[in-house]
Amino acid sequence: MSVSEQTATAPAGAVPEGAAHVPHDATTPAHHTSTGLSHEKLAMWLFLGSECLLFGGLISTFLLYRTREVTAGPPVGDIYDIPFTSVSSFVLLMSSLTMVLALSAIQRADHRRARTWLLTTALLGSTFVAGQVYEFTTFVHEGLGYTTNLQGSAFYTLTGFHGVHVTLGILMLLSLFVMSLRGRLPAGKAETVEIVGLYWHFVDIVWIIIFTLVYLIPA
Amino acid sequence: MALTEERPPLELTAGDEPVRNPLGAFSRPSSSYGWRSWLTTVDHKKIGILYGATAMAFFALGGLEALLLRVQLAQPEGQVLSPEVYNQMFTMHGTTMVFLVIMPMLAAFSNYLIPLMIGARDVAFPRLNALSYWVFLFGGLFLYSSFFLGGAPDNGWFNYAPNSGVAFSPGHGIDFWTLGLQITGIASLLGAVNLITTCLNMRAPGMTLLRMPVFVWMALVAQFLLLFAIPVITVALFLLMFDRLFGANFFNVEAGADPLLWQHLFWIFGHPEVYILVLPAFGIVSDVIPTFARKPLFGYPFMVFSGIAIGFMGWGVWAHHMFASGIGPVSVAAFSLSTMFIAVPTGVKIFNWIGTLWKGKLIFTTAMLFAVALVSQFTIGGLSGVMHSVAPHDTQQTDTYFIVAHFHYVLFGGSMFGIFAGIYYWWPKIFGHKLSERIGKAHFWTMFVGFNLTFGPMHIVGLQGMPRRTATYPEGMGWDLMNLLETIGSFLIAISFLMWVYNVVASRKNPHAGADPWDGRTLEWSISSPPPAYNFDVEPTVEHLDEWWHRKYGEDEHGRPVRREHFTYLSGVDEASRRGGGDDPDVDVSDIHLPSPSYWPIVLALGLPLIAYGLIYTYWLAALGGLVIIAGSFGLGLEPSVDPDAGHGDHGDHGPDDEGHDQELAEVGAAAGGDDDEEAS
Repeated sequence: MSVSEQTATAPAGAVPEGAAHVPHDATTPAHHTSTGLSHEKLAMWLFLGSECLLFGGLISTFLLYRTREVTAGPPVGDIYDIPFTSVSSFVLLMSSLTMVLALSAIQRADHRRARTWLLTTALLGSTFVAGQVYEFTTFVHEGLGYTTNLQGSAFYTLTGFHGVHVTLGILMLLSLFVMSLRGRLPAGKAETVEIVGLYWHFVDIVWIIIFTLVYLIPA
Repeated sequence: MALTEERPPLELTAGDEPVRNPLGAFSRPSSSYGWRSWLTTVDHKKIGILYGATAMAFFALGGLEALLLRVQLAQPEGQVLSPEVYNQMFTMHGTTMVFLVIMPMLAAFSNYLIPLMIGARDVAFPRLNALSYWVFLFGGLFLYSSFFLGGAPDNGWFNYAPNSGVAFSPGHGIDFWTLGLQITGIASLLGAVNLITTCLNMRAPGMTLLRMPVFVWMALVAQFLLLFAIPVITVALFLLMFDRLFGANFFNVEAGADPLLWQHLFWIFGHPEVYILVLPAFGIVSDVIPTFARKPLFGYPFMVFSGIAIGFMGWGVWAHHMFASGIGPVSVAAFSLSTMFIAVPTGVKIFNWIGTLWKGKLIFTTAMLFAVALVSQFTIGGLSGVMHSVAPHDTQQTDTYFIVAHFHYVLFGGSMFGIFAGIYYWWPKIFGHKLSERIGKAHFWTMFVGFNLTFGPMHIVGLQGMPRRTATYPEGMGWDLMNLLETIGSFLIAISFLMWVYNVVASRKNPHAGADPWDGRTLEWSISSPPPAYNFDVEPTVEHLDEWWHRKYGEDEHGRPVRREHFTYLSGVDEASRRGGGDDPDVDVSDIHLPSPSYWPIVLALGLPLIAYGLIYTYWLAALGGLVIIAGSFGLGLEPSVDPDAGHGDHGDHGPDDEGHDQELAEVGAAAGGDDDEEAS
């Protein structure tokens, strides 16, 4: 590239005197990333891709061990309470709906509604986690502890990992709620809600897979 | 005009009273000089140097362990190490070299070079980058602390079940291994997300994917492999940890568990890991060889796509590590075939390097010597690798020194030679002066001879049946001479490493090398050495593959390259090294917003070893670590990436209550080109 071309592409030379405080990069589309996705959103997609392999490994481990003869305690397939888990699964799925409503509200700068839906989503998520705690307690009472047999270890690890993911999601939702209360979540920051939403929907989708493979399809 | 000489590039003021002070714990660090700046830096170049220095320190430790192994094996019935200590040594040697040397060394190059090569001012998430480094460092230190706390892990770097269970490994060594690798895994995962986002999102205008230097491509593929491989070993490590700490049954054969589960999970991670270790080194030599062959890289698209092909096929070959474990003839046949196939894209690379060297005006600098050594030595390692795809042959060689020879030719002959090529090549860019070529060549030849003397004979004793991972061997097996030679070779390697250290020290007063000492081809050579904090005065607009070379050279009427009389360096080049045009006098570098240093990455990272120690010793410590992590996460998350109080030009646009402050999630993408006003609008 010749010098003249070089100068022509050097935007700083073109910035008029009065606009001197505009950083020279602002004249090039520096705000636009190469892919068009923001860094944060792309990073979240990448992270979720990685999470697929995490849950893939855990689900595979469970599927490997669910057909094994247990040496002690009940096999996990005998003590499922499908109606109960169906209800808590439904609650979790509905939280994806409220998450979308929260995003839609904040994009319209309707902060009151956005806060309501964020809190609702967090509450629905908490209901799911509470259901999981109840389920675990029941299973332990029925004789399946974490160390009782192979299936117990695999079941509690897989669903426990999912529960921790939901809990982290609830923490993020509550943080957003507090940020919004303190006026630190303007409509221009709607993407933050969207990114937390991506995580939340991912965790929901993983639960659909777990519920189908672990609970519904018999070993 | 040397803009950077006259004022500090960032103009970070002392920041009298920070307006935003997340969690009220610290005032914002502001120094960009002195030792404290290294603790709080978010500059990808400083973090790259930290990664490199730490990795070389671990290289010395891992090398020391290797020397002890070789001293033990120098003669039959060696008495230097007890079998227990021998096991710890080979375990820590392998774990160190893979996780604490080659991986962070490649993270060092990726961190330092990717933004420079794609024309960016930093990585996508600079504070996350700092966090990755500190997490890695603390993970490594945690792992090494096991030596002082009852013994290091002793079950090999692959740590097969059920030998890793409490019943067979009652000490805490395996716990340190499990938890330490979890921690360094977090660092790798964060780094992968960060660097992939950087490569995909922060390319300068015109820097299309197929104009990226091959190093960037190979690093990108390796980061994708990390992104998907790390969670798999994370699962394996969690299962093992739950077995050992909480009495789960995943690898408890008594409860009906399948120990092969560990092997599958480990090698689904472990084989892509091999490519994680070697692909960036391929990238390094793919940039070094064209520079010193004075030719463009032969078959650039083939180089890129063969790298991508390796990245995909690397997922389909893991069970060739398990041919001897009884996985059945169908699996063995399938994985034999896929292993043979993966040699094809690797072979493509070898031939492309040869094609680049062919009829080039070769300049044998130290960097070039290491690069050419990679091509030859990796070919040997690759060939013995293809031999293992033949399952009957593999069954014969499993657990012998032939395997040890093979993977050292791949990882030392491949990765480490590539890393040293990169060190000699980019040293003047990073530190402003070249390493001594005289000492460098002595270093190279000593290392080359030592390497072949150490690992060449292992092929022979391996074929003669000498088992690996065994502390002693009996007399009269015909292995004595070869083992003695190997030990001598290993000391030659150690001497060559000391020569490198001496070179680093002796060369520190070498004259300034200038911005472009090798007449390089890629954008990092268009800016001063060492680069200013903001890298480029003006974001470059890219029009070619090998952009910098095209800016320096035109063509005469016969199509021969002719150096232009005028071309412009892209940032603060000092008078001495300026040969082309001048810097752009119209650019006010104080307008460039960079992310501010932060205490939070190191604080957050400290929580992880606390949790790890807590899980082993007392849960109270783990709870404390958890609190540190939660506090650190909120501190890091709520802190604005760019300190609103740091001065950067007199823009007067930083009112304390202005909505523009809400940029806690706005990382450098906004910071590199953005202004708070725009953020709010």
